[in-house]
Amino acid sequence: MVKLTINGRNIEVEAGTTILQAAEKMGVFVPTFCYDPQLSLVGACRMCVVEVEGARALVASCCTPAGEGMVVQTDTERVLTARRANLSLLLANHPLDCLTCEKAGNCRLQDYCYLYGIEKSEFSGEQKEFNLDDTNPFFVRDMNKCILCGLCVRTCHEINGAGAIEFIKRGFDSKVTPAFDDPLEKSSCVFCGMCTDVCPVGALTPRQGMGKGRSWDLDKVKTICPYCGTGCGLELFVKDNVVMGVQGDVDNPVNRGQTCVKGHFGVDFLSSPERLTTPLIRKDGVLVEASWTEALDLVASKLKEVKGTEIAGLASARVTNEENYLFQKLLRMLGTNSIDHCARL
Amino acid sequence: MTNSIGEIENAKAMLVIGSNTTDAHPVLGYRMRMAKRKGAALIVADPRRIELAEDADVFLQLRPGTNEALINGLINVIITEDLMDRDFIAARTEGYEAMAAAVAKYTPEYVAEITGVAADDIRKAARLYGGAETAAIFYTMGVTQHTSGTATVLTIANLAMLTGNMGKPSGGVNPLRGQNNVQGACDMGALPPVYTAYQAVANEENRAKFGQAWGAELSATPGLTVTEIMDGAMEGKVKALYIMGENPMLTDANLHHVAEALAKVEFLVVQDIFLTETAAKAHVVLPAAAFAEKSGTFSNTERRVQLLNQAVTPPGEAKADWEILQDLAQKLGFNWQYAEPWDIFDEITSLTPSYGGISYERLYVEGGLQWPCPTPEHPGTPILHGATFTRGKGLFSPVEYTPPAELTDGDYPLVLTTGRNLYHYHSGSMTHRSKAIEAHSPEELAQINLEDAARMGICDGDLVKLSSRRGELKTRVQLTDMVPPGVVFMTFHYKDAAVNLLTNDKLDPVAKIPELKVCAVKMEKSAS
Ligand code: SF4
Ligand code: SF4
Repeated sequence: MVKLTINGRNIEVEAGTTILQAAEKMGVFVPTFCYDPQLSLVGACRMCVVEVEGARALVASCCTPAGEGMVVQTDTERVLTARRANLSLLLANHPLDCLTCEKAGNCRLQDYCYLYGIEKSEFSGEQKEFNLDDTNPFFVRDMNKCILCGLCVRTCHEINGAGAIEFIKRGFDSKVTPAFDDPLEKSSCVFCGMCTDVCPVGALTPRQGMGKGRSWDLDKVKTICPYCGTGCGLELFVKDNVVMGVQGDVDNPVNRGQTCVKGHFGVDFLSSPERLTTPLIRKDGVLVEASWTEALDLVASKLKEVKGTEIAGLASARVTNEENYLFQKLLRMLGTNSIDHCARL
Repeated sequence: MTNSIGEIENAKAMLVIGSNTTDAHPVLGYRMRMAKRKGAALIVADPRRIELAEDADVFLQLRPGTNEALINGLINVIITEDLMDRDFIAARTEGYEAMAAAVAKYTPEYVAEITGVAADDIRKAARLYGGAETAAIFYTMGVTQHTSGTATVLTIANLAMLTGNMGKPSGGVNPLRGQNNVQGACDMGALPPVYTAYQAVANEENRAKFGQAWGAELSATPGLTVTEIMDGAMEGKVKALYIMGENPMLTDANLHHVAEALAKVEFLVVQDIFLTETAAKAHVVLPAAAFAEKSGTFSNTERRVQLLNQAVTPPGEAKADWEILQDLAQKLGFNWQYAEPWDIFDEITSLTPSYGGISYERLYVEGGLQWPCPTPEHPGTPILHGATFTRGKGLFSPVEYTPPAELTDGDYPLVLTTGRNLYHYHSGSMTHRSKAIEAHSPEELAQINLEDAARMGICDGDLVKLSSRRGELKTRVQLTDMVPPGVVFMTFHYKDAAVNLLTNDKLDPVAKIPELKVCAVKMEKSAS
């Protein structure tokens, strides 16, 4: 264990804990762009700098281990000046279209500029002019908004393993893109969408829900993916009774926020116009709309007409435990054990 | 799975057989690659050069339908080179001698003849698996959808027990369940011979227990499985069929047979969220709520029970399946009074020992629990078979190789094998109605090898006619070296190229799973 002081308060942490983790443990806020607990540390964005007594320069708290007896200050004037300069530099080169940006309200650049009072950049210079990559149906990439934190690159390599995107070029021309600067459709991208989840700014925007709701209008509901047996936790974004978007649920122990393309971009079938909305009964060979009473009366009478053992049912690997339980209960109460489902398929 | 998802990334060695994990269980595929980057050995056995094969230390590209021979070959090498865990065998298992005798003839050279995998690769794989401190096996339908599926599962268990890889973190035998709640459907007794948690219907005590709880006289007559239900319908023995949330008109083997059976049934009720191919044949269709429109629980492949929370209301008059079932039960004269899914869950846990300690309160606070979880204090069970097996000692089973039911011949010279792609899901009733997914992956592209294509003058994107003894279809093709010469791969996602028109409905004798992974077909170029 290591003892240190952060903003005048003592804390004891396990050896190997970083200053950032120690601060988080105490509930002390430290801003970050490039840090993610599931990814390798790069210490690139310099937002998390803090002052350590005795150290000449400010240190990046995300990749500096807490040392015995360390005295750390997270918000001295020197720290704040460094963060402001940092933000100012990023802003010099960032479109200021927050009025229409999908990320507004959920953007770390916006939040930190608000927090540190950066209204506009003190630097002026060239603006990036990259083309939008809107060639795939899942999300749009606007590299003019990218702040080069590298979270998407590391997610793609370290979490997914697809390795579809990289940094190319240096300095002002630096950008994140697939090999040969191709559109994503031509790369090894598998459209898991995890890069869009980690992007702290508005550079990677899922199409579903674009222009349909501000981030603060969306309710978040945690549930479980309807597709494969992994059972990933998903967070659904809901507005006006419609699911507008999906992210992996980082608190879910199964997937820790990770998803594939189906979970991330494949649940808009919910609002498909083809959904069944009323019971249907076959009359003269065609299925016609019917009331619940009519439909269930018919089903009940038909089930009563035949012997229990002449009834069979297929339950479903797609509905809940409760529903499967009731299904087999109902059929078995009617006198049949012929209940199966497609576990074999 | 005997083990848990969280353990995958710490595996020391992994044998992935008959599982295209990065497509069918992508997040588990990420974890396997994480383990690989951390230094784990990866052995991939599949007839196709799947994505994971690129990361493999050894890739065993075996002929479709030869899994059990390959596993026997691995066991043979492990025994010959003395890589087994003698202490584990002595303390925890029985039947070793008989199993060892059975695999004696499966030398790498003999197995190479059957599987087409080089003998040295078999040795290398056996050394990687057998030499690792702990090693995990993962498999899916590529193992089970064969007439020899049960045999392969048994010999996989042999391999894991032989090396003492049971009951240890990052080890075990891990079938990856295909559908979000297939584990739960099995746990809940949606199988003919068992009530919840595999309590046998044949057992009189169980019948009495459930009969009393439900207030009904319960039948001891054995029930029919899916395929038997379809046969029963053909023979007029099954008169009323109630299908909830399934689409056998695309997913079952030999679709012509399924269509005939459904047409024969006197009364067909289908409850679903879309008018699926199956629902279109029904006499009554009941509109159901989808996952985001209700609450309840799902049980995932690692036996973790997790809570669903309702996010939106169902469209129109659609209702949650449990509400529909309750309304129907009441019309049938049963006094069901569940106000919420958790009332149902409470009843489940009171009748189901392995779910006994789980409650909505705990799921909410603890975020999912893995059964067995028999008491409210029990933390759940991430790893099965820790100290003993369910039956006490683990039983080795001698397993012999049997070829697939249908072999290629002059008329049908190609092997057809089936599976999934990353984008679509099962019969696609959901994913085909997802705009982005459908835009990205709108049609079937059967995979054929470049050599076969060149010989037949077929180009990438051409339309071909594929036929088997049971049916025919047209599909576009992609030329690829993912499949070896002589093998065609198709998914079962697309109704315009419904591969199950071709597949063989010959069953594994025990598990009654059809041999969807191997049948013989012929291919012809098609003009339109
Ligand atoms: S969507 Fe997934 S695979 Fe594609 S670039 Fe983003 S992280 Fe990589
Ligand atoms: S997000 Fe993908 S991997 Fe996760 S449960 Fe859904 S389908 Fe499976």
